[in-house]
Amino acid sequence: MSTHAHAPAHEAKPLGIDPPGTTHVSHEHHEFGFLRKYIFSTDHKVIGLQFLFTGLVMLLLGGLMAMAIRWQLAYPWTEMPVLGRLLFPATGGVTTPEGYTMLFTMHGTLMIFFVVIPLLTGTFGNYLIPLMLGAPDMAFPRLNMLGYWFWWPGIFCILLSFGAEGGGPAAGWTAYPPLSTIESAAPGSNWGQNWMLISLTFVGVSSMMGAVNYVTTIVKMRAPGMTFFRMPLSIWSLLVAALLQLFALPVLTAATFMQLFDRLFDAGFFTPTGVIINNVSPEAIGQAAGGHPLLWQHLFWFYAHPAVYILVVPSMGFVSDILAVHGRKPIFGYKPMVYSICGIAGLGFIVWGHHMFMSGMNPSVGLVFMTATIMIALPSAVKVFNWLGTLWGARIQVTTPMLFAVSFVAMFIIGGLSGIWMASTPVDIYIHDTYIIVAHFHYVVFAGSMMAIFAAIYHWFPKMFGRAMNETLGKIHFVGTFIALNGVFYMMHQLGLAGLMRRTADPYAYETYAHLQPMNQFISWCAFALLGWQIFFVLNFFGSMVWGKRVGRNPWNACSLEWEAPSPPGHGNFDKPLAVYHGPYEYGVPDAPKDFVPQTQKAVGFQVHA
Amino acid sequence: MSSLKHFLLRAVITLLFLAVPILGVWTFVKAEEWGLWFPPTYSTYGPSIDFLFDVIMWMVAVTFVGTELLLVWFFFRYSKKDATRATYTHGNHTLEMVWTAIPALLLIFVAFSQMKAWSTVKINFPEDGPYTVAKPLMEIYASQFDWRVRYPDAQGNFEGADVIEVPYDITVPADTKVVLRLKSRDVLHSFFVPVFRLKQDAVPGMEIPVWFEATRPGDYDLICAELCGWGHYKMAGKIHVLPKDEFASWLAKQRENLYAKD
Amino acid sequence: MSEALAAYDPAVDAPAHHHPVYDYDSGPPVERGKFAIWLFLATEIMFFSGLIGAYIVLRSAAKSWPDPQERLAVDITAFNTFLLITSSWTMVKAVFAAKAGERGKLLAWLAATIAIGASFVSIQVYEYIQLIHEGAIPKIDIFWSTFYAMTGFHGTHVVVGVIWLSCVWFKALGGGYTVRNNLGVELAGLYWHFVDLVWVLLFTIVYLF
Repeated sequence: MSTHAHAPAHEAKPLGIDPPGTTHVSHEHHEFGFLRKYIFSTDHKVIGLQFLFTGLVMLLLGGLMAMAIRWQLAYPWTEMPVLGRLLFPATGGVTTPEGYTMLFTMHGTLMIFFVVIPLLTGTFGNYLIPLMLGAPDMAFPRLNMLGYWFWWPGIFCILLSFGAEGGGPAAGWTAYPPLSTIESAAPGSNWGQNWMLISLTFVGVSSMMGAVNYVTTIVKMRAPGMTFFRMPLSIWSLLVAALLQLFALPVLTAATFMQLFDRLFDAGFFTPTGVIINNVSPEAIGQAAGGHPLLWQHLFWFYAHPAVYILVVPSMGFVSDILAVHGRKPIFGYKPMVYSICGIAGLGFIVWGHHMFMSGMNPSVGLVFMTATIMIALPSAVKVFNWLGTLWGARIQVTTPMLFAVSFVAMFIIGGLSGIWMASTPVDIYIHDTYIIVAHFHYVVFAGSMMAIFAAIYHWFPKMFGRAMNETLGKIHFVGTFIALNGVFYMMHQLGLAGLMRRTADPYAYETYAHLQPMNQFISWCAFALLGWQIFFVLNFFGSMVWGKRVGRNPWNACSLEWEAPSPPGHGNFDKPLAVYHGPYEYGVPDAPKDFVPQTQKAVGFQVHA
Repeated sequence: MSSLKHFLLRAVITLLFLAVPILGVWTFVKAEEWGLWFPPTYSTYGPSIDFLFDVIMWMVAVTFVGTELLLVWFFFRYSKKDATRATYTHGNHTLEMVWTAIPALLLIFVAFSQMKAWSTVKINFPEDGPYTVAKPLMEIYASQFDWRVRYPDAQGNFEGADVIEVPYDITVPADTKVVLRLKSRDVLHSFFVPVFRLKQDAVPGMEIPVWFEATRPGDYDLICAELCGWGHYKMAGKIHVLPKDEFASWLAKQRENLYAKD
Repeated sequence: MSEALAAYDPAVDAPAHHHPVYDYDSGPPVERGKFAIWLFLATEIMFFSGLIGAYIVLRSAAKSWPDPQERLAVDITAFNTFLLITSSWTMVKAVFAAKAGERGKLLAWLAATIAIGASFVSIQVYEYIQLIHEGAIPKIDIFWSTFYAMTGFHGTHVVVGVIWLSCVWFKALGGGYTVRNNLGVELAGLYWHFVDLVWVLLFTIVYLF
């Protein structure tokens, strides 16, 4: 790490295109000890990496739970190898019915709140936003550090919930009341559900701190010349995701508090009058009633549907950037891409009711939600067409990040198209809560966002560690992952069409489903292979930190600002003044000396796009 | 990298991407043969739902195959080692308009084509038949983890000595518009009959009507489709569809049994 | 086309030593802190919208809703509302004093705001104690569930505000604010006004209607 001296302000002044109000501040700073440098660091890069490592560990945990679920679906009520003794010691490794409900509840909660959202916004939001904008750090570095450390009580509580007396939360990640609010409804979950709700509150506060920081940084700290429409699409998508978090998450926080009130103080937000649970009426034992179970669903999905877009919008941005860099071609339709991200986010706030078509909500309202939901396919389609337009006429470099990025597009098409069925209310009557839904959201979140996360890790690893990941191992990782994931998720569509319900511990008890077991076994073995195959990623990831090829500032010959900084960037990120002259996608520029023109390079003797 | 190695790499990856549309379509074609397709439909509105599924399926299939093949072709064609630079373009306004407008029209068409079927199933309940929302054939009372069925007495009351109560088994007449009232005793459940293409959550504190007209006598699975606790997986029921006259005599017999018990 | 991964070249890739930190300001002419506090207040608005929305839904769906005037001490709370509105005025005075660089006045007006805020909380706590003494707790019925959730979260916000303003007061005591640097006072003020505004809304829908 370089040491920086205090320099007079005029030295820092970049080349002449300052918008009014630009200030150049120099801070004094010094070498920190280990603890301040790597643990309680306020440096956005360190915080990004902390989110990355923590998120990957949580990914492994969530993945192991998926394996346990798959074992039960393939070989119900048999002894589960390896994991069984750990998860179900009392039964000798055989899944219990209530254990199964806890497993899929925790799998969903972990993957959404502790893996995909933190990996996308926590890791890459932190790492990329200041670097791509030319800023020395986030607007509020200490708040940023606090955001990461507020995540930890969340992790602690969610792990505690799994070990709580009587077991973990068992009402699904959606936590629908009254199953989630009345303790006797799910006999296992005493404090499990409480810990989960408290955990979500911590995660929410953590995300909110991050989101305030991201939006402020993006609006206030762009380098001279970096107008909004010169920002890379990664930044646009992170901005939109942060806005979604700011406006949607507080509603979930309010709702979780109400559920906690119901559970801890016997309040009655979600308990209707006249229910009898386990032969006891809640009112008779002094709990309040008069609430409404659908109220929770409305509040929950008002958050959770925008959250679905938080899970995928940033990956769209990363993939756009990676396609342009490794395709050596400008992004096709930059502004339509920006508008469609905004369109997805805007519409995302008025479609939550499509999760509730079968819930007993007024069916006429369902028609309004259906129309809005079907229209959200439009901006998604525009994005796909623009990605295809970007690939057309490109000079594709067959690199690992590119393979993962292209596969994101291929998989997102599947996840997006199957959504049209779900949005259509009459069709949804049949397929609601079946495995086709499971296929749909795993195609978006695993085959989509996870692949984009892998692409982003391979792409920005050289910037993070100054070394590149191994290409051969990366390609092996890609091929196996791609085959296995399709093996896992594709046939779930057909299982859903056969009517198979999700969240069913032993579907084969039904006559209707008895013949579906062989296909479930195939899927499970693909799932085991998918997890096992990640060993290539783990080896490559850790090995490359030590033995990877040493690379310089701009190993991929990319245009955006993060590649102007040293790899890895030191404290304060940039060691030279920056000025931005054009957009981030000037690849294949005719007559330019090289096939790319960095954003900091003025076009002299050739033309670039304004 | 040698050019042969590069070609092999491109070929392998291209085949991998190409397998997606090919196997994707093939598994859908084969699905029925493998028993991984819709169960038969035995309700009057079932075929209209299947039809809408098919309409969307064809649109989705064409888009899926089209976009995936383009992707595969672009990947193969433009990953060739080439000394020239990529096509320098930032987009095309006309193209953007075209590929915004056409999907928009298609999607609006999809949205509007759904409305009638949805109204039929969920909004416009039968008013002309023997059973109506106000006077349903039976009340279904879902609870952890069973379905209880109540047939009203002759006056249509669901309380009192003459109410017939049956657990798990729902007996209904064929070729009759049947209206049921769905209630829940404790948590959320969902009334799902795959062969009728009917699903509706049962919500505690609410009375939700559902209706169907079964077209074929037989015994069908009733499945709980909303997580309702540890026993959710075994909350099974049966729907017995009897020919109209048989149903009448069945119901009469139930009443007799009821009085015999007294 | 060259090899995909460019190799390390010390001539261009080595980090430069001894350079300043380049920090640019691109945005609208508003301080970062103020921009961020508005974003934060937006999240707060969504939070209370969730609570108030739930209240409206539950109340309109209920078969009968008790008359709040019979259950709650409206006159005391009306006085309390008046207090809190007054504190908004004293807060405005404090911000003016901070901008004028008048430390004595700033301390005095801040102290007034803190005192009024603390009395508001005390009166609310008194009301709670009375109610709980009478057995009115969240589990009695949905009216009390919503009442405690909404006023409780608002009260928590007032407590946070009082603590925040006290920190500002101590900083002002040490001369932490000047004519040029008084953002801290303004940010606390913005939050305080928001908390007041929410209370006016809550008082209207929970106590009056």
